[in-house]
Amino acid sequence: MVSMSKIATGNGHGENSPYFEGWKAYETNPFHPIDRPDGVIQMGLAENQLCFEFIKKWLMEHPEASVCTSEGVGRFKETALFQDYHGMPEFRQAVAKFMGKVRGDRVKFDPERIVMSGGATGAHETVAFCLADPGEALLLPTPYYPGFDRDLRWRTGVELVPVICESCNNFQITRNALEAAYEKAGEDGLRVKGLLITNPSNPLGTIMDRDTLKSIVRFVNEKNIHLIGDEIYAATVFKSPEFVSISEVIEEVECDRDLIHIVYSLSKDMGFPGFRVGIIYSYNDAVMNCARKMSSYGLVSSQTQHLIATMLNDHDFVDDFIVESREQLFKRHEYFTWSLSQVGIGSLKGNGGLFIWMDLRKLLKDNTFEGEMDLWRVIINEVKLNVSPGSSFHCHEPGWFRVCFANMDDNTMEVALSRIRAFILKNNESIVPRKLCRRSSLKLSLSRSLSRRIDDFMSPTGIMSPHSPLPQSPLVRART
Amino acid sequence: MVAMSKIATGNGHGENSPYFDGWKAYETNPFHPTDRPDGVIQMGLAENQLCFNFIKKWVVKHPEASLCSAQGVNKFKETALFQDYHGMPEFRQSVAKFMGKVRGDRVKFDPDRIVMSGGATGAHEMVAFCLADPGEAFLVPTPYYPGFDRDLRWRTGVELVPVVCESSNDFKITTNALETAYEKAKEANLRVKGLLITNPSNPLGTILDRETLKGIIEFINEKNIHLIGDEIYAATVFMEPEFVSISEILEEVECNRDLIHIVYSLSKDMGFPGFRVGIVYSYNDAVVSCARKMSSFGLVSTQTQHLIASMLSDDDFVDNFIMESKERLFRRHKYFTWSLSQVGIGSLKSNAGLFIWMDLRKLLKEKTFEAEMDLWQVIINEVKLNVSPGSSFHCNEPGWFRVCFANMDDQTMEVALLRIRTFMLEHNKAMVPRKLCSRSSLKLSFSRRQDDFMSQSIMSPHSPLPQSPLVQART
Repeated sequence: MVSMSKIATGNGHGENSPYFEGWKAYETNPFHPIDRPDGVIQMGLAENQLCFEFIKKWLMEHPEASVCTSEGVGRFKETALFQDYHGMPEFRQAVAKFMGKVRGDRVKFDPERIVMSGGATGAHETVAFCLADPGEALLLPTPYYPGFDRDLRWRTGVELVPVICESCNNFQITRNALEAAYEKAGEDGLRVKGLLITNPSNPLGTIMDRDTLKSIVRFVNEKNIHLIGDEIYAATVFKSPEFVSISEVIEEVECDRDLIHIVYSLSKDMGFPGFRVGIIYSYNDAVMNCARKMSSYGLVSSQTQHLIATMLNDHDFVDDFIVESREQLFKRHEYFTWSLSQVGIGSLKGNGGLFIWMDLRKLLKDNTFEGEMDLWRVIINEVKLNVSPGSSFHCHEPGWFRVCFANMDDNTMEVALSRIRAFILKNNESIVPRKLCRRSSLKLSLSRSLSRRIDDFMSPTGIMSPHSPLPQSPLVRART
Repeated sequence: MVAMSKIATGNGHGENSPYFDGWKAYETNPFHPTDRPDGVIQMGLAENQLCFNFIKKWVVKHPEASLCSAQGVNKFKETALFQDYHGMPEFRQSVAKFMGKVRGDRVKFDPDRIVMSGGATGAHEMVAFCLADPGEAFLVPTPYYPGFDRDLRWRTGVELVPVVCESSNDFKITTNALETAYEKAKEANLRVKGLLITNPSNPLGTILDRETLKGIIEFINEKNIHLIGDEIYAATVFMEPEFVSISEILEEVECNRDLIHIVYSLSKDMGFPGFRVGIVYSYNDAVVSCARKMSSFGLVSTQTQHLIASMLSDDDFVDNFIMESKERLFRRHKYFTWSLSQVGIGSLKSNAGLFIWMDLRKLLKEKTFEAEMDLWQVIINEVKLNVSPGSSFHCNEPGWFRVCFANMDDQTMEVALLRIRTFMLEHNKAMVPRKLCSRSSLKLSFSRRQDDFMSQSIMSPHSPLPQSPLVQART
């Protein structure tokens, strides 16, 4: 028996988490409108598929963005040979500009601080390698993206200490929670090196308000620990309040900039996960230099650097894209959450991200994580939707599910919604006692509202305004 | 003062090696035929620039290889969204096919064992993470590529133990040398987990013969340690003897396949270092599985996977490319080594790689590494060539230099050769006593240019190199 490393034989890769079980169910029986209409619909993958037509139009108009077209092939050789880990200057300039525009040009990013990585996945691992030794720890507010367990810990040996956030205050990160986590780390003999926040949040779909951010910046300065801000969903904030970035807050409060590092990517904001465009932006020169050397392990393909540079240096395209993307996300989000509310399903009020944080606590048989897993299996096997259970995000309270809404077309969305409605109807029959004679009228009004399609929803009668309240489902009223 | 990690504050990044000093000299004053004719010529970068016009012709004829052309844009969305770490099937198939063709179709590679990485750089680090714990060790024959010090050790904590190879037998890897290194590791309390060989060799430009390979396989099976074969220069073997891959030897001798792993890349064979196409090919299922999960940290951009898949599935293109590349490398190598021999500079007899292992031992003031550094400073600052000193490759003997020849056009090659000739002439004035009247005939032969060289008698890969009169004068 030949031996491999402990890293290789352990479970640090994190794939035994339930997050991945739903994927397997999906992969064995994936939905297809014609070939597999009864297959599992993928709602567990946070992809942004809403703007490809827009992007393709630009591509057709800009053949020079490719090093393979006759307009671009003159640069094929120099691009294929370019392996400098500083990255192509035009790439760094374009990305820095894009990051600024996504923040409404309220801050400027320095192209010289842009460091490449193998996606946000590689960025997080590299930052962990730069900031912490094996056995040291990072604080991480819950619920958080399951991939962090692998990206921050697996090959680095770094530990994660959760900062518990609770539904009673909409999972906001409080000073108390931060202090409690810091204390706990100390009790466990763990030296805390940093705090990682994801803003906009995955899985919550919310953004942090200015006060929370200031409090966080004060906290890290006080404890002299690093602050890593994962802002990969920055451009997905589709309605007010406006996104506030760490980069803005450090202009407003006292802060040791050597503590501040931003992780960015084009996977979510642009919908390009395949292109592996990860970015580390650190205000600390030593970290920047170290991360740049480490970027050798995951540079962005120069072919892709060239494409991205051309695309993002087109400022008109960028301005229009940002507006278009927000619009599409807003419409999809509003329709989805409204449709769910029609059948009594609520979610955390969110204004960013590619998913909602769905509240199914009322449907749990027990208020336990076993109850959550049971419900989840029902959703996968009976409702045939792959959604992600809150426990896989280390949520400390059962009954929450992350449901992605931007990775499918309108028709698939309708199918998903009709399955949810059918399930809730069936479920309610067993939950709601016979004496409530509303059932027939419920059914009537339900089926009437159920048949309202996205076209109805898009009427100018006031539903589409980001500021008008969502219509209340009769079912919701019947319960309260 | 805010704390970073030990990894970040240490020197494991390896950039304090002399290998990089020459780069800095080049970067402050790079040669350009018109803008900086006196700048430093880069001969320290092992790039393959000889086949780009061939490749560009194919690219322009195949717009479907690009996601951005009218013919390819319909695949843009699905490609941009594809992030499965298994990699695109057509990418894996075409790479497996290419690897087979590069080995004369003497072996087949299984597309399901193809795992992506961030270039060969990422591949090596990934394999080290899979096979060894911090503090454990790999054996590495010297001289070896300086990047290994960083790639295999920096973030992994793995140690490297040199297998010392000597010029007396052309730096071959002997079983003695392997055993010695293994013992030395034991004495230093290091647990050896594997042996890493680079074949074709960087920096030697030589290939391992069948017997050596078999000896290596026997050794690692006996010790039950892994064998990592870096074969990134496989397609650069431009003349006989033919390349023999580990993948072929496995079919010929008894071997536990769970010990065998190949690192590959398109950076050298195709000249695409910017595209970051690294491959880990393991015969061990658990390693494949683990490496695949780790590949998330350095997947190949799907835009590039698509391009490469289109290109390498074109069998005619691949067959022609492999031949054309060999031909051009052969010609450049022949001309370069012949020109050097004309001024009395020899190099290790080689048939592969993008560089030669130049022998300047005779020019050393003393047989020391300090003298090698002195000579190197002269080469960089006076001759204005960035070459790489043997010590940066951990060569155990001073006086050897790696000189790259495939990363420049013909004109730049001529300028480099002219500078070398001039330097040698001046140097010989100080070294060679006046009574040797051959000097004027020496000057005559210097004016022979590449065109003369390309005449019939010299171009055969089998005819012996013409002897320089200077060489004859010395022996």
